[in-house]
Amino acid sequence: MIIAEKKPIEEIIGYIDDCEKLLILGCNECVTVCEAGGKKEVGVLASALRMYFLNQGREVKIDEITLERQCDHEYLEEIRDVADQYDAIVSLACGVGVQFLAEKYHSQRVYPGVNTCFLGATEERGRWTERCQACGTCILAYTGGICPIARCAKRLLNGPCGGSSNGKCEINPELDCAWQLIIDRLKALGRLEDYEKLLEIKDWSTDRAGGPRKVVREDIQI
Amino acid sequence: MRLNYPTSLRIIRVPCSGKVDIIHILRAFEKGADGVCVFSCMDGDCHFKTGNFRARKRVEQAQKLLDTIGTGGERLKMYSLGSGDGPPFAKYATEMHEKIKELGPNPIKKHKKNAA
Ligand code: SF4
Ligand code: SF4
Repeated sequence: MIIAEKKPIEEIIGYIDDCEKLLILGCNECVTVCEAGGKKEVGVLASALRMYFLNQGREVKIDEITLERQCDHEYLEEIRDVADQYDAIVSLACGVGVQFLAEKYHSQRVYPGVNTCFLGATEERGRWTERCQACGTCILAYTGGICPIARCAKRLLNGPCGGSSNGKCEINPELDCAWQLIIDRLKALGRLEDYEKLLEIKDWSTDRAGGPRKVVREDIQI
Repeated sequence: MRLNYPTSLRIIRVPCSGKVDIIHILRAFEKGADGVCVFSCMDGDCHFKTGNFRARKRVEQAQKLLDTIGTGGERLKMYSLGSGDGPPFAKYATEMHEKIKELGPNPIKKHKKNAA
């Protein structure tokens, strides 16, 4: 899922300090699971902001709504009738949601309430780590199901660099060397011969290097 | 024991201090509470193992938030005591009462009136 972190409230206040009516808009998906932008975080931010303004001697109206998703037209449509009542909307969705909201409500001020970090997994509550960089041409089949694009600091494709020591990466002694993980897993699978096969030069045109991307599926378009 | 403690304290019972979330604390202040204290079991004594540790972290986060928004983190306190510890409860309750008297009312009450 998409991992995000709450922005410091001081930063959010900086965006909306001049507003009299605000909407804090949460998202029920990834940001709820990583406890950055779900209904609960919406409640905490809204309550804190209301008190902040009251402490400044201003009664600012702050409403709270949490949508099923902010990256789909149908859910964003749910605020169609109310969106223009606000001076600004603070979206606690990932960067995708914030942008889709801004596109849809073109003349509305929209601000991000979270920092969108990466595509990752929940290792345990409160600890998330990166797994995929959405390169667009997945090579996990050849690398024991461990991604050297997202998990090797140098994105190496054919074995580790010289800095791999005791299973750790040279950029950080706490970080596993992705290639050590790959080799360990290939061993466990009894497929170490895969390691001997050279991976071809990767097609990076499907990665961000090829500019903004899109997926078109005519088979499911009406 | 029939101990006395200040009548300014309103007790809200929760199954475990770990049930107390930041939002509950903030809502109390938003509704005009002058102070909030969370009473938990002693470290290591939680029936649910980590409820009191969770509560402490949330209290610390809420204190920071209250400082940032100008309400003041010192209006929020957490005390740990045993489930049968009447005397320390009365003592902490009095301590909190005195502290809040010294700090005065929750600032949003004054401003709420001004804004109206
Ligand atoms: S190879 Fe590409 S698509 Fe596959 S996990 Fe790695 S970054 Fe993601
Ligand atoms: S030590 Fe391993 S993970 Fe780190 S850059 Fe080298 S090959 Fe990649």
